[in-house]
Order: sequence, then structure tokens, then C-alpha cells
Amino acid sequence: MDMVKVIIDGVQVEVPKDSTILDAARIAGIDIPTLCYLKGINAIGACRICLVEVEGARALQASCVYPVSDGLVVHTNTPVVREARRINLELILSNHDRKCLTCVRNQKCELQDLAERFHIKDIRYEGERIDYARDELSPSIVRDANKCVLCRRCVAVCASQGVSAIGPVERGFRTIVAPAFDMSINDVPCINCGQCIQACPVGAIKEKDDIDKVWLALQNPDLHVVVQTAPAVRVALGEEFGMEMGTRVTGKMAAALRRLGFDKVFDTDFTADLTIMEEGTELLGRIKNGGKLPLITSCSPGWIKFCEQFYPDFLDNLSTCKSPHEMMGALLKSYYAEKNGLDPAKVFVVSIMPCTAKKFEAQRPELSATGFPDVDVVLTTRELARMIKEAGLDFAKLPDEEFDRPLGESTGAGVIFGATGGVMEAALRTVAEIVTGKPMEDIEVKAVRGIEGVKEAEIQLGDMVVRAAVAHGTGNAKALLEKVKSGEKEYHFIEVMACPGGCVTGGGQPIVKAKDRMERDPREVRAAAIYEEDRDMPLRKSHDNPEVKKLYEDYLGEPNSHKAHELLHTHYVARKTY
Amino acid sequence: MPCSSTCSAGTDNKEQFAKLQEVIERYKGTKGSLMPVLQEAQGIFGALTLDVQKYISEALGIPLMDIYGIATFYSQFTLKPKGKYKVSVCMGTACYVRGAKRLQDKLVEVLGIQVGETDEEGRFTLEATRCLGACGLAPVLLINDDVYGRTTPEAVPGIIEKYRKD
Ligand code: SF4
Ligand code: SF4
Ligand code: SF4
Ligand code: FES
Repeated sequence: MDMVKVIIDGVQVEVPKDSTILDAARIAGIDIPTLCYLKGINAIGACRICLVEVEGARALQASCVYPVSDGLVVHTNTPVVREARRINLELILSNHDRKCLTCVRNQKCELQDLAERFHIKDIRYEGERIDYARDELSPSIVRDANKCVLCRRCVAVCASQGVSAIGPVERGFRTIVAPAFDMSINDVPCINCGQCIQACPVGAIKEKDDIDKVWLALQNPDLHVVVQTAPAVRVALGEEFGMEMGTRVTGKMAAALRRLGFDKVFDTDFTADLTIMEEGTELLGRIKNGGKLPLITSCSPGWIKFCEQFYPDFLDNLSTCKSPHEMMGALLKSYYAEKNGLDPAKVFVVSIMPCTAKKFEAQRPELSATGFPDVDVVLTTRELARMIKEAGLDFAKLPDEEFDRPLGESTGAGVIFGATGGVMEAALRTVAEIVTGKPMEDIEVKAVRGIEGVKEAEIQLGDMVVRAAVAHGTGNAKALLEKVKSGEKEYHFIEVMACPGGCVTGGGQPIVKAKDRMERDPREVRAAAIYEEDRDMPLRKSHDNPEVKKLYEDYLGEPNSHKAHELLHTHYVARKTY
Repeated sequence: MPCSSTCSAGTDNKEQFAKLQEVIERYKGTKGSLMPVLQEAQGIFGALTLDVQKYISEALGIPLMDIYGIATFYSQFTLKPKGKYKVSVCMGTACYVRGAKRLQDKLVEVLGIQVGETDEEGRFTLEATRCLGACGLAPVLLINDDVYGRTTPEAVPGIIEKYRKD
């Protein structure tokens, strides 16, 4: 790569030619403060917190958007720079509600970080403020415009998701970031992916908090309260307790859930394995019988809503499989309840998910196979961490415990569902063996791993070639579908995850601050932990899961049987956008 | 419930949408076409209502959110059609010194809307105008083409009442 030399605060550094001053300063070991900048998502130079002095330039410059050039001389810490940054921050604070004590981001807030770093002692300007009503109608997303600093990080990420549900509205003093026509975010094409929550530096967008419903259920002696955890939760939950990004806490998580009082602690990985049996069979069936192709995965409820709204022509391409946690819910209220002599009305199912869209999903009326909702409450990884803290559990000191059996049994194929490409890889591990009668030579399908927006693979299975594609982030899915629509590309099987990176960086996962995102990419670090988890499993192919086999023998018959359809499959509807 | 004034969906505006379609076809594919399309749409419908914006969004493949952001950013655009009667008080110097402001305050009270707003029924829009050149009649109240000279705040309710009838 071409390098240039720049002098920052008197120190010469060599940096890649396409760096900004902000990047270059980081290489020089200088941390310029930022607020509106979010790596890879938003670089608009709006907040002016990152100002620096550039020799030869007339005014102070926003370092997050200023490109370096050879011989550039920059000062990041002069009195003029410090005063200008401080005034800009004070103006933002003067328009802010500053109710930190009751804020979801208290002690995890980028605005607080800045106030502390600039040691703001009083707010010299008292700006006029408009009091906005909180928007709490969505089952997934809550907006509080009183805390918004107008950085537009959420706007950029929502646009890159191909949705644009929120944007800047009005002008001047009245500017806010909101949906169109004063509507609730519940009434616009928001897909509930929660990527805006991940992007927001403050507490202006958050998930709908459902913790109280779970505490209530746990203290109700009439209820049998069962919890399940998605694959991606175990590689991120530790971050909420100060652990390194990518720390695996599967055993501690199971221990914590037991101590919180859940009657059974099961693993969504089990139904991930089950999904592979159902979806793999569906794929082979469609290929053999000339059914609708490409088959597109259906585990990601953000993607499902996106498809229902923007690509209704593809609804028949979607796998009819419910998402894994919904399958688990349906089994808990049928198979499991029957086996244990429980009344399904008294079985209460809680899903711990990396996802905010699953809160919306759980409310879909069609997802109630037994006449009761398959899943009663969905909590995000962040909400589970809050419960653990509230209960006073010292997470780091918890022992490693196992999931309960039988629905806690799983394979490595189930766990990789948590990263983009994982469902595809897991499916190929099983489908290959069904088609050829022998295991794949290398079960690690590297072509579908990684953070490339769209990945493709051609896999030879006996005399059949399976053409596969993987997209993560609905913006990438949109680009891929357009190519399928125009006939430019043809596939048998497509995996789509609504969130960039897949579930490891879902909207319900621990929030990684902008500053940390400049250092490492959580999509890669957490995915690496997922693949380690897979490698450490004694069984790595879904069809080898002994409890899944037993479930078919005892109860479901065979994959895609009538009973399986009743419990594990669903249908979709076209939805209007406005 | 009767259709609110912001709703332009219905059978009586087929012609307007046909005109809009013509405008869109004229601009489609050219860069920076959104602003002129919005301006012409406002001319055709009198306002950029939800239905108008939805139509443009779909036709141009631009998210409704982006269109709405522009429609609320520039003061030349309005989201609500103007009322049947445009009520305005001349704010020229002569009228002003003769109590135009008090007249306007009274209208705000009687109509229940601020200057620049349209009432729920879509009957009245309250506006301020510059000097009408009828200084001899100051202060002047104008309702569409009807001129009321030397008006007092006390006379306002009676005048407005006449326009509530039909
Ligand atoms: S967003 Fe940050 S600064 Fe604002 S109230 Fe919440 S914690 Fe405090
Ligand atoms: S949840 Fe996703 S779709 Fe909805 S506003 Fe946020 S980023 Fe956009
Ligand atoms: S909601 Fe959050 S991310 Fe969006 S503009 Fe406001 S502060 Fe920024
Ligand atoms: S202007 Fe650079 S971070 Fe906001």
C-alpha cells in the first residue's frame, strides 16, 4: 500500500495514503475524541468534536473526514483545539436531557465518556429544549428523541440495511431523527434489526425491555419456566462483565441461568440442528421435485420482515422452517410437556437472543403451534446481563455448568448458526452426507465464512453441483436478490442474516463503542470464538445429534413429516411498508 | 370518520396523479430529479401529503424517509393542503400601526390555529401578507378575494361566521 509521511503533534508517522487524520493519529498513538463518526458506517463531519489544527488550513478541521497528504502537519492538542471541541460538546449537552441515572446507557455512554474526558464541570449554555414523547409502540425498538445528539449514525446504518426507516426531519432547532410523518417506528418499514441501537452512542434508541415479565414468571409457583440460549449469546455475554471481546462463557451462562431460577436451561443449538434436518430435507426435496429455487433460509426474523415488505415475490422461496428458538418453543409446549406430564398452558418459554427482531417475531400470531405462543418472552443478551447484575451474581466466579438434557444436546453445526455463513456450512455438512452417503472430506467450508458482504460457493455433491450464496446485512441481501431477480445469478440455496456479521453482531448483543470499533471488528472476533466452540464439540454434524435422532424416532417420525410441519414450519405474508 | 384533510387518496384526484405521473416520466433517470418533482407535485396537489410522497417514493425508487426529510427541511414545501379560505391580515406599516397585530391575535383565537397553519377541517388557512397597497383601509383583513377594511378585533367572529356556513 502507498504510504505518506505526516507530522502529528511533532511526531512523524508513516500512514497509508487513504487514511484520514483521525486514522493517522491513532497510528501515532493519539486518540482524537469523536462522536458522529462510526467506522465503516458514518463519516459526515457533523459533530465537530474531532477538530484539529491543520497547518496551512484556515479554520479548524474535522479529522474524521480530512484526508492525509504527504508532509501534512497536524496539531491535536492546542488550547484553540481544546476550547473549540469543548464548546461544541457543551452545546450538544445543553440540548440533552442528561437524565443519566435512569438511562439504559448509564456508564456505557459515549456522551458521558466525552463529558468526563473534557471534564465538563458545568453547562454554560442552557438551550431551549423540546420535550418529545417516547415511542414505545414497537415490540422491539424504543426511541427517546430527548437523548438524541443528532449524530446520524443510526440513519446511516438503517440506510445501509436498505430500509431507511428513520432519518433527519425538520430543520434548525426543530431537527430530530425520527420516522416520517410523526409515525411510530412500529408503523414504518423498520425490520427491528436493532442495528441502530448498536450504532447509537447514547440512550436514544434501545430495545423494549421485557425483564419484568421474566421476573414475574420466575416468582410464579404455577409456572414451569424454561429458558433457551442462542448460539451467539455465549461468545458475547462476557463482554457485559468486563471480559475480553470473544470470550466464551457457555458454562458460566448456563450456571447463571440456573441461579436466576429457571427450571430448565436448554440450548437453541439443539433446534439449530433440528433446523438443518428440516431445511436440508426441504432443499433436497425442492431440487428433486422441481420445487421453487433458490431456497432461502428463514432463521432471521429481521430478514423475514424485510422480505415480506420489499420482496414479496420471494416469499415462496423462503424455507418454511420456523426460526430455531420458535421450533424449541413449539417442542417445549408439545413433546416436552407431554413427556413430563406438564400442562402446556403452564410452560413458560424465555429465549435469550442476540436479536431484537425476535421480540417482534415472538408476537406473530401464526407462531403458536399448540394454541399458545411458542415463545413467551424474548430477552436480548444485554437484558440477560442486566438480570444477572440485578441478582448480584459474580459472573466471573461462576462455575462452568452444562445445559440440561435432552434439549440441551447439540453439535458444532448448531453453534456456527451464530456467524454469517454458519447455517449454510451446517446444512452442507449434513446434505453432503445424505446425498453421497459419506462424510465431507473437510467439514469446514471456508468459502462461506468471513465478513465479505456476499459469499458464493459451488459444492460438488456426487454428480450434483450445489450453488450457494450467503448474504449478511439486508443491504447485501437486496443486492443479491436483485441479481437473482434479473437472472444474472442462479443458486440452489441462499443464506440471509439481517445483521451484518450475522447473529454475533445482532441488535441485541453487547454494544461496542465507536472507539473500540476502530481497533477491532466484533464480527470477526466473536465469529472466531464461534468457530472455536465448534471445533471443541465432540459432534459437529447436525444429523449426529443423538437427541435429535431420538426426537424423530419417538415423536416426529421423519424430517418434513406431517407432525414436523405442524410444529416446526410456518408461512409468510406480504406486508405494506407504510 | 370523515376523511381527514391530509388524506388525498380517493377517486377525485385521479387526474392529479396522472399529471404527477407525467412529471415523473419527464424527470425519471435524470440526476437531482427529486427537487423539481417535489416542486411540481406541490403545485399539482397543493401539498406533499403521505399519498403523494408514497407515490413519488415508489416511482423514483427513493425511500419515503428521504423525501419526507426534504419536504420538512425546505419551508417552500407543505405537508397539508391549504384550507378552502385563505385568511390573511396585511402586516404593512400602515396596517400594523393601526392594530393589525391585535386583529391577527383575534383570528388566532377564533380560528384556533397559528399563522401558517390550516385547521383540521381544511376550511381556513391563516396567513400574514405584506402590504396590499390598500393603506387607506388599514387595517385590512383579506379572505380569499373579499377585502374587509378598517376591521376591529370585535368584528372578527361575525366575519368568520359567514364562511363557516357552507
Ligand atoms: S444518553 Fe448518556 S448522557 Fe444522556 S442521559 Fe443517557 S447516559 Fe446520560
Ligand atoms: S431496527 Fe433496523 S430497520 Fe429498524 S430503524 Fe433500526 S436499523 Fe432501521
Ligand atoms: S438516535 Fe442515536 S444514533 Fe441516531 S442520531 Fe440520535 S444519537 Fe445518533
Ligand atoms: S465530526 Fe468528526 S466525529 Fe463528528
